[in-house]
Amino acid sequence: MEDFKVINNYLMIRMPEEIDHHESVDISSKADRYIMSGRVENVVFDFERTTFMDSSGVGIILGRYKKVSCFGGKVYAVNADSRIRRILLMSGLQNIVEIMDPKKKCGEVLQ
Amino acid sequence: MIEIVEKKEIGAVTNEVRVEFAAVSDNESFARMAVAAFITPLNPTLEELSDVKTAVSEAVTNAVIHGYENRGERNDKVFMTCVLRGDVLEVEIADQGVGIEDVDAAMTPLYTTKPDMDRSGMGFAFMEAFMDDLEVRSEPGRGTNVRMCKKIGTHPWVGSED
Repeated sequence: MEDFKVINNYLMIRMPEEIDHHESVDISSKADRYIMSGRVENVVFDFERTTFMDSSGVGIILGRYKKVSCFGGKVYAVNADSRIRRILLMSGLQNIVEIMDPKKKCGEVLQ
Repeated sequence: MIEIVEKKEIGAVTNEVRVEFAAVSDNESFARMAVAAFITPLNPTLEELSDVKTAVSEAVTNAVIHGYENRGERNDKVFMTCVLRGDVLEVEIADQGVGIEDVDAAMTPLYTTKPDMDRSGMGFAFMEAFMDDLEVRSEPGRGTNVRMCKKIGTHPWVGSED
C-alpha cells in the first residue's frame, strides 16, 4: 500500500510508525506536492500504524490545514490511538481537524 | 561515544548514562530509544514510556533545529545525561548552540520562531505536561540546558513473585 493516495479529491496519508521532526520534513513536502497539484481538496491522516508522535506531527497537520483550509478543504485524523489522540487534543487540534472515531475505517471518511 | 557508569549505593544515584551525539535529526529517535532502554528495569507503563520518549524527542529536536539552527553539522554535539535516583528519572539534554534570548516566551504554548518550518510551538508544553519537573537554563551564544524529572513505576508491578 502506498503512503500517499488520492481518492476523489481526498489525499490519504498513511503516517509512519514514528513521527518526529526527522520524518516530518519528508511527509510535509510530499503532501504539499499533492496539494499544489490542484487535485486535492481535503487531507486524511491515517495513524493506523503509528506508535509514536511528538509535536512535529502537530506541525505537519497544522501546516497542511493552513494550505487546504483557504480553499475550503477539511482535514481528518483517523485510527489515532489514545496516546496520539491525547497529543492532538492537548494541542487543540480538535477545533480544526475532524478526529474520527477509532472504529471508523479510512474509507468511511469519503462517504 | 557512549559511556556507561554504574554506581551502586553511592549517594542516591542508582544508575547513570551519558551520551554525546551529533546534532542531526537522525539522532532524535536514537535519543528517545536510549532513554526508553535506560528506564526499562523500572518496569514503566506504556504510558510512562511514551511520555518520556515524547519529552526527550522534543528536547533533542529543539537542540537540533533551534540550538544548532538545523545546520546538520557533525561537529555540533548534543549531550544527554540520564540519572536514576531510586525510581526517579532525571534527563538532562544540553547543547552549545545559539541559546534562547527569552526562555519564558519560548516556553509559552504555540510560541515558535519557526512557523514556516511547520513547528507547532508545543515542544516545551509537551515536556512540561509529560514530565513531573522541567527546568530550562539558557544563555544566548552559549547554549541551552534542559533538565527534566519523572517518577517511574507509579503503578505497582503485579507480576512480581519474589
